[in-house]
Amino acid sequence: MKRRDSLKYIAAGALATGTLAIGCKTDEKKSDTTAAVPDKKTGLHRYEDEKKYEEEVEKMPDFFNAHEMATITVLTDIIIPKDEVSGSASDAKVPDFIHFTVKDQPKLQTPLRGGLRWLDMQCLKKYEKAFKDCTPQQQIEIVDLIAYPERAKGKPELAQGVAFFTQMRNLTVTGFYTSEIGVKDIGYAGNKPNQWNGVPDDVLKQYGLAYTEKELKECVSFS
Amino acid sequence: MKELQIKKQGKKYDVVIVGSGAGGGMAAYTLSKAGLSVCLLEAGSMYDPQKEIFQLKSPWESKRRGRATKYRPFGDFDACYGGWEIEGEPYTRENGTEWEWFRARMLGGRTNHWGRISLRFGPRDFKGYSHDGIGADWPISYDDIKPYYDKVDQLIGIFGSVENLPNEPDGIFLPPPKPRLHELFIKKGAQKANVPVIPSRLSILTKKLNDDRGSCFFCAQCGRNCSMAKADFSSSNVLIYPALKTGKLEVIANAMAREVLTNSEGIATGVSYVNKEDMLEYQVEGRVVILAASACETARLLLNSKSQRHPNGLANNSNVVGKYLQDSTGAAMGGYIPELFGRKRYNEDGVGGMHVYSPWWGDDKKLDFPRGYHIEYWGGFGQPAYGFGMGIESFNGKYPVNGKQKEAGGYGKSLKEDQRYFYGATVGMAGRGEAIAFEHNRCEIDPNVVDKYGIPVLKFNVKLSDHEVKQAKHMKETFKEIMHNMGAVITWGDDGPENNYGIDKPGYIIHEAGTARMGDDAKTSALNKWSQAHDCKNLFCVDGSQFTSQANKNITWTILALSMRASEYIIDEMKKQNL
Repeated sequence: MKRRDSLKYIAAGALATGTLAIGCKTDEKKSDTTAAVPDKKTGLHRYEDEKKYEEEVEKMPDFFNAHEMATITVLTDIIIPKDEVSGSASDAKVPDFIHFTVKDQPKLQTPLRGGLRWLDMQCLKKYEKAFKDCTPQQQIEIVDLIAYPERAKGKPELAQGVAFFTQMRNLTVTGFYTSEIGVKDIGYAGNKPNQWNGVPDDVLKQYGLAYTEKELKECVSFS
Repeated sequence: MKELQIKKQGKKYDVVIVGSGAGGGMAAYTLSKAGLSVCLLEAGSMYDPQKEIFQLKSPWESKRRGRATKYRPFGDFDACYGGWEIEGEPYTRENGTEWEWFRARMLGGRTNHWGRISLRFGPRDFKGYSHDGIGADWPISYDDIKPYYDKVDQLIGIFGSVENLPNEPDGIFLPPPKPRLHELFIKKGAQKANVPVIPSRLSILTKKLNDDRGSCFFCAQCGRNCSMAKADFSSSNVLIYPALKTGKLEVIANAMAREVLTNSEGIATGVSYVNKEDMLEYQVEGRVVILAASACETARLLLNSKSQRHPNGLANNSNVVGKYLQDSTGAAMGGYIPELFGRKRYNEDGVGGMHVYSPWWGDDKKLDFPRGYHIEYWGGFGQPAYGFGMGIESFNGKYPVNGKQKEAGGYGKSLKEDQRYFYGATVGMAGRGEAIAFEHNRCEIDPNVVDKYGIPVLKFNVKLSDHEVKQAKHMKETFKEIMHNMGAVITWGDDGPENNYGIDKPGYIIHEAGTARMGDDAKTSALNKWSQAHDCKNLFCVDGSQFTSQANKNITWTILALSMRASEYIIDEMKKQNL
């Protein structure tokens, strides 16, 4: 938060103490089995068993091999490419997110590995190349077969591909829109100290809505 | 480990309290401020909200982007550590029954992430049996507790609006926040269905209350604990740490209470506990013992505290301890409001929770179920977290995006356009209602199972009745009407009789109550009207266990008021040398 804004809120009495706790280093508690220690990697406070779980996940061997990660990178960038507003999935490190996610949620491993191989098999049969080695045009031809569930209805040979692509799309959008690039793209404007003064006037007008006299009188107002 | 023995604390306290949530925290605060020496045992960690901060973290600061873990089922930025399954602390269920049991294991308990919904019980809620012949009346009335609700409002703070509704008593309110956009749509839709919508009543300081705490800065992250402003109530921020400043309170964290100790006269003498850090056994003595470990844990302690004078468990001559277990009913529905597609962005966080809600409006003489429920609402521009954007194929083919008809699913620039278009148009609602307290719904000691400390565990035996299912049916019918009136599309929650209208499993709402109920008759209740055990005058229970019935109102505010009242009674009785 900008220092200017933080001072404004301290003056307004918003904060309980005179100093902001954000970014302060915390003292590591004397070792006791359930003391919270900040996880050095993420900075989030974790108790011993949570920390152990995070470490176990980190220590797991990488699930995807190089070929699979390369395929995932191509796929996620097709799902979320760079456009006028924001960067691509790989700009937002979505492949890393997926790489972590399959360790954090092992039940995703088989469906994704199987789906990636399914995809490669389709391409090998059609173009004699794995998905990531096909031309962009060929890649889009294959994606078009499985990206639209309605279109693929009545084609049972594509059903697994549709399920896989839907799963990849879900993971890609979630990884993208929870990244810094994605949060900016989607226009989420919160997660900061502010003063809620109600729906902006132009928006009220747009929807033909208004606050009642009672609301205007009794609700918190910031002029 | 050194030779195992029981270590007795040298000091004898005026009061020993088990549990640091709403009830335990209020008792610790009230009693220590009055100059009594208090020892508070907390099963969990010595959580410090000023050091363990999740507030204002960005989604990408968690590798799993806020997704739940076993230890934090409400999301990995959520303040509450504990969960539905705690390693080494199992519980069991009778075959063919369902119960979900959430436990916090930290100072302040579940108040570190609770919903802040603070609703006074109304006059009728204390006299349910007199009203409709079901359940039992409380031994107190609204008039007995009103002065304490007033004091709690002023001590802790709550926003709301004066509405003069007969069974929704008004409090001493701070101003509520203006409704959000989707809440204005809800107001319109609900009013067409004759469902009232009024400002919510949440324990969040929209204005400064005192110099100990700041005021809300509208980040909507109360569930992460308001480390920075202490603007929402948590027992840790508002009661325990201030009480520690008196010098009269000692907190022993990581202390798992084993049983309440009694002497040959049957009087409570203290609490025996396991220190989780060194796994050794300790005892702490007190003139008075207060249990506030949460409804089921308190019942468990009582049932495990057997002695010659209390062969059936402590405070259990009536045989009701563990019985009359209730949780709020819950059923929900959601979807989106097409009119809100492609809307202008602005900071819509507001407070951590709904700015409006619907108090119960029905006339049970005209309905096929007793009592009622209130409605909670959500929607709008939520902060992106794991799950964001998933499932778009179920609606991006149904609505033209910026005038363009699309195919469901897709990818690419088109998908980015779709995500932007649909963001902020979701809406949802849930009912939270009164479940009837039945004697057969209970938790009891499982004769076969102990936890890792050797403490016998609970076995749950709870079944939903027809009353609750019919209430859920009414919820779904009402929600459908409101959604339709708003022009909203329902995407989930339109359940039917085949799954009991989507009613949540008992325990899932985490409002357990009733397991050591109050009453005038010692044959049918465990506690008297002062939260004092009939069978053991220096034992009190000040959490949800004492509730004779639940009301369609979340119970925390009433827990706080009753705990303050019981604490003042204890102070008074001690002065009179009765305790």
